[in-house]
Amino acid sequence: MWAFFHKLGSPRWFYGIAARLSPWCWALALALILVGSVWGLAFAPADYQQGNSFRIIYVHVPAAFLAQSIFLALAASGFVFMVWKIKIADMAAAMMAPLGAAMTAIALLSGSVWGKPTWGTWWQWDARLTSMLILLFLYLGVMLIRRAFARPQSGAKAASVLAMVGVINIPIIKYSVEWWNTLHQPASFTITERPAMPVEMWMPLLIMVLGFYAFFAAFTLTRTRTEILRREGHKRWVKELFEERP
Amino acid sequence: MMAFESLAELVSMGSHGPYVWTAWGATLGFLLLSVILVRGESRGVRRTLRRRLRRDAAVASSPSEDQDEG
Repeated sequence: MWAFFHKLGSPRWFYGIAARLSPWCWALALALILVGSVWGLAFAPADYQQGNSFRIIYVHVPAAFLAQSIFLALAASGFVFMVWKIKIADMAAAMMAPLGAAMTAIALLSGSVWGKPTWGTWWQWDARLTSMLILLFLYLGVMLIRRAFARPQSGAKAASVLAMVGVINIPIIKYSVEWWNTLHQPASFTITERPAMPVEMWMPLLIMVLGFYAFFAAFTLTRTRTEILRREGHKRWVKELFEERP
Repeated sequence: MMAFESLAELVSMGSHGPYVWTAWGATLGFLLLSVILVRGESRGVRRTLRRRLRRDAAVASSPSEDQDEG
């Protein structure tokens, strides 16, 4: 276990394993999102109350899942980086943060255009919506604070600490629909119960969620490889790699 | 079974078309854009690195030329 942990922390080893994994992740993401999109847009039945506007769920829920998962990943990477000084954790965190911010923005935007025909309003300062907006600001804070220091090492530490502190917002988002009165409906998917929707409605949603997670994996693996070259370009193994295969 | 009778119905989504297509367009558009950006970033970094390694190799193979000026 520890040997594996340390091996994974080696940029050289990660560079190789990510090269082998990332094409599969990209292919999986493409296939799942393609199937999920066609199914969700054209084949899933319309909702008996919301009509076709409910089809927004197929982009809204996966984006919101990723928005929260990526912040958890930022906090976990920050912890690993601060405790064990594993550089690759910080590189991955720096690379995945913009995707998390974009997914938060997409969840807010798609929720807004879903809210208009369903609730009659684009925006409401309720608990779920406000805590998601705070998540967007936290992402922007983590990304900006990294660049706010002359020494990259200081920026990396500050970003890690902010992610670890800001992660308190994630349970607040999750339980916001239970703790406060809110327009937002409770979770559509839980691990312990069967969804209330019929299978031809939730299956495309499950496929889209898995597709988005595959996209996140592919995105992070590919960008972290790029970041390794950016930061470790002076190392001998990188030079040797490029001499072999220029 | 398709949920729509025709392509026009799929596009209009029973008056919800603008909402549904805005959300979907923004999402899929972003995913596509980010794939392009990630590829471009990777190529750019590789190009810069290759150029630097070539320059370093050139400097290493002809050290005398550099020293003449100094």
